[in-house]
Amino acid sequence: MAQIVGAIATSHIPAIGKAIAEKRQNDPYWKPFFDGYAAAHAWLKQARPDVVVMIYNDHGLNFFLDKMPTFAVGAAAQYRSEDEGWGLPVLNSFPGDAALSWHVIEHLVADEFDVVSCQDMAVDHGFTVPMNLMFPDAGGQWPVKTLPVSINTVQHPLPSPARCWKLGRAIGRAIESYPKDLRVVVFGTGGLSHQLDGTRAGFINKKFDLYCLDTIVRDPEALTKLSVIDLVREAGAQGVEFLNWIAMRGALLGNVSQVHRNYHIPISNTAGATLVLENRTAAQSQAA
Amino acid sequence: MQHHDIPGTTVFDGEQAQKGYALNAMCYSFNAAANRDEFKRDEDAYCTKYGLNEEQRTAIRERNVLKLLAAGGNVYYLAKFAGILNLNVQDIGAQQTGMSVDAFKEKLAAAGR
Repeated sequence: MAQIVGAIATSHIPAIGKAIAEKRQNDPYWKPFFDGYAAAHAWLKQARPDVVVMIYNDHGLNFFLDKMPTFAVGAAAQYRSEDEGWGLPVLNSFPGDAALSWHVIEHLVADEFDVVSCQDMAVDHGFTVPMNLMFPDAGGQWPVKTLPVSINTVQHPLPSPARCWKLGRAIGRAIESYPKDLRVVVFGTGGLSHQLDGTRAGFINKKFDLYCLDTIVRDPEALTKLSVIDLVREAGAQGVEFLNWIAMRGALLGNVSQVHRNYHIPISNTAGATLVLENRTAAQSQAA
Repeated sequence: MQHHDIPGTTVFDGEQAQKGYALNAMCYSFNAAANRDEFKRDEDAYCTKYGLNEEQRTAIRERNVLKLLAAGGNVYYLAKFAGILNLNVQDIGAQQTGMSVDAFKEKLAAAGR
């Protein structure tokens, strides 16, 4: 059976992709942020994932306001990286696992999540930057298959934290009912607090971010009591990307422990963060 | 929609999405290099092609982010317009808050202390 071995949450802003392209990881500005990834790389090496479920938000590459799905799931053999308009390099396509995607889509719809399925999908920095961050030596030969899950964080009404948590639970159940022996890691991308627009631009809330980082590990359901407007107020207009993190955490159905975390302000206009979580079944926890 | 307890913030909801549709559609088109070039060759003609209203055209002409937001712009699409102008998110943050870019960067750094 497929097994979710853990999850990684990470920032995804385009500036990170630019810093990678320009090899600035050791610049004094970027070093405290990139240093946070060594532990994630080490964990991934021993986690040996076959598949990454990427829970992210599209920022106007694949989806526009003409048709804006609340939840969209990729069902393609390949996902394209494309020009986003500001000079980020276009990366090699990311391999998909269409059979696993359709299994997940069937389970989600049966579980009353009426998702949009996408057989043709371009993925933007919300997806590509985390792949670049986690697999820096891939050289475009991505070592995992991918399954994109895009949550609308662009046009309100957005799904509530409680709804995203439940989506994550449903994704977890769907993956763990897949008959193939696959090792799966879930990524949740974006955040943490930031706001790009309005006279409140530059808003960052360290206190709230630290609360979220603590709470998502040990008491994630407490976060489901927040509303989307609470997130806008406390995390900033674009800090609502934390919805992706909540869905990611929801997908972990076992005993969850924190392997690593890093938090650094600022990267570009955001609070940068990385969180690595291990997910063990009851049997594995007993054996350990 | 404005929320009285969240200053300086417009929540991009259905009302804004209707108001800004043409403007955002134009900015969405800037994903393609050929469209960016076409805009640069004749900005006015490109705004006409996408059916921008006078408020939106003025905001584009003035490169005024707050006016673009007021005209229904969504920051994720507007970021593609900023890309054409070689402006990053600190530049547009500084413009919206009336600060110098250095002062805006210092404000961000101060949030970490």
